[in-house]
Amino acid sequence: MIPARAARPYANPYYSGIALGLVLLASFVLTGRGLGASGAFASTASGVVHAVSPSTAAANFYFSRYLADGARPWRDWLVFELAGVMVGAWLSARLAGRLGARVERGPRVTSPVRLVLATAGGAAMGLGAVFARGCTSGQALTGGALLSVGSWLFVLGAFAAAYTAAPLLRRAWQ
Amino acid sequence: MNSLVLAATIGVAFGWTLERAGLGSAKKLIGQFYLSDLTVFKVMFSAVLTAMLGVFWLSRLGIIDLGQIYVPETFIGPQLAGGLVFGVGFVVAGLCPGTSCVAAATGRGDGVATVFGMFMGVLTTGLFLPRFATLYASTPRGLFTLPEALHLSYGTVVLMIVLIALGGFGIAERIEGRP
Repeated sequence: MIPARAARPYANPYYSGIALGLVLLASFVLTGRGLGASGAFASTASGVVHAVSPSTAAANFYFSRYLADGARPWRDWLVFELAGVMVGAWLSARLAGRLGARVERGPRVTSPVRLVLATAGGAAMGLGAVFARGCTSGQALTGGALLSVGSWLFVLGAFAAAYTAAPLLRRAWQ
Repeated sequence: MNSLVLAATIGVAFGWTLERAGLGSAKKLIGQFYLSDLTVFKVMFSAVLTAMLGVFWLSRLGIIDLGQIYVPETFIGPQLAGGLVFGVGFVVAGLCPGTSCVAAATGRGDGVATVFGMFMGVLTTGLFLPRFATLYASTPRGLFTLPEALHLSYGTVVLMIVLIALGGFGIAERIEGRP
C-alpha cells in the first residue's frame, strides 16, 4: 500500500538536466557508450520475431543484427538499462509520493481516445526511431553530446515536426 | 562489475533523474510544444551541455580516450526523415520512448499505451524494412561530427553550443515568464 500524502513538486529542470548529463557522462566513461531507449524495443522485437519464426528473424537484416549474440536479445545491454529506467522511475516516484494509476490527458479527450492516441503516437515514434537509428535518448542526448551530425539533424527534424503538428493537435491537449 | 549489472545501475539513475524532473508526465512534456512549460528543452540541453563539456575536458586532460566512446553513425536522409516522423509521434503521444517507460512505471496508462505502440511500431517497421533497405541505408556518412561538417575545431563547436544553449535558456525563461 502506498500511504496517501501530497506529491512533492518536481525538481529544478537545470539541476535535473545536470544530473542527467552526469549519468550520461558516467555511462560514456564506464561503458564507452551512452544512454538509449528505442534500441531496447528493437532488441525485444527481435527476440519476439525469433521466438515466433526463427527463419523470418534470421532472414531480416534488421532483426538478425540483434540476434548475432546467440539469439539472446533479452540479455542485451539496452534491455537491462531500460529495465533499470523503470525501476529508478518507480523508486523516485514512490519516495516522492507520485505513484498512482491514472491516464494523463487533455481536458477535451476521454481516456479511451487518449490511449488510442498514445498507441498511435508510440507507433509513429517506433517507425521514426528505426530509420533514425535511435530516439531522444540514443540520438538527441547521446549523439548530441558527442556532436554527431546525424543526431543533431534528428533533433532539428523532430522539433520542427513537433512544432508544426502541435497546432493541429490542440484539441488533444488543451 | 558485470556489464549488464552496470547497464541496469545506469538505467536506474537515468529513470530516477527523468522522474525527478517530471518527464514521466505527458502533460508536462507537451507544454514544450505549446510553450507553456519548457522543462523538456531545459533538461535536455542542460544534460547535453554537461555531458558534452565532461567528454571534452576529460579527453583534453587525457583522462579518457575519445576513440573508446561509441559515436552514433550519420545517415543524413533517414535520420532527418526519421526525426520528422518521430516529432509528430511525440506530440500525438505526449511522451518519447524513454519517458513513456517512466510514465508506465509510475502508474500512467497513457505511458503503457505509448510503450505498446512504440513496440508495435518498431516490430512492424522492422518486418517491412527489407523492402525499404535502400532508403534505410541511404546517404551514409559514417562517423561524422559537427567539427568536421563545419570545418571548426572541437573546442570552437563546444563553445558555440554552450553559447546557443545559454541564449536558449534565457529565451525559455522569458517565454515562461509571460503573463
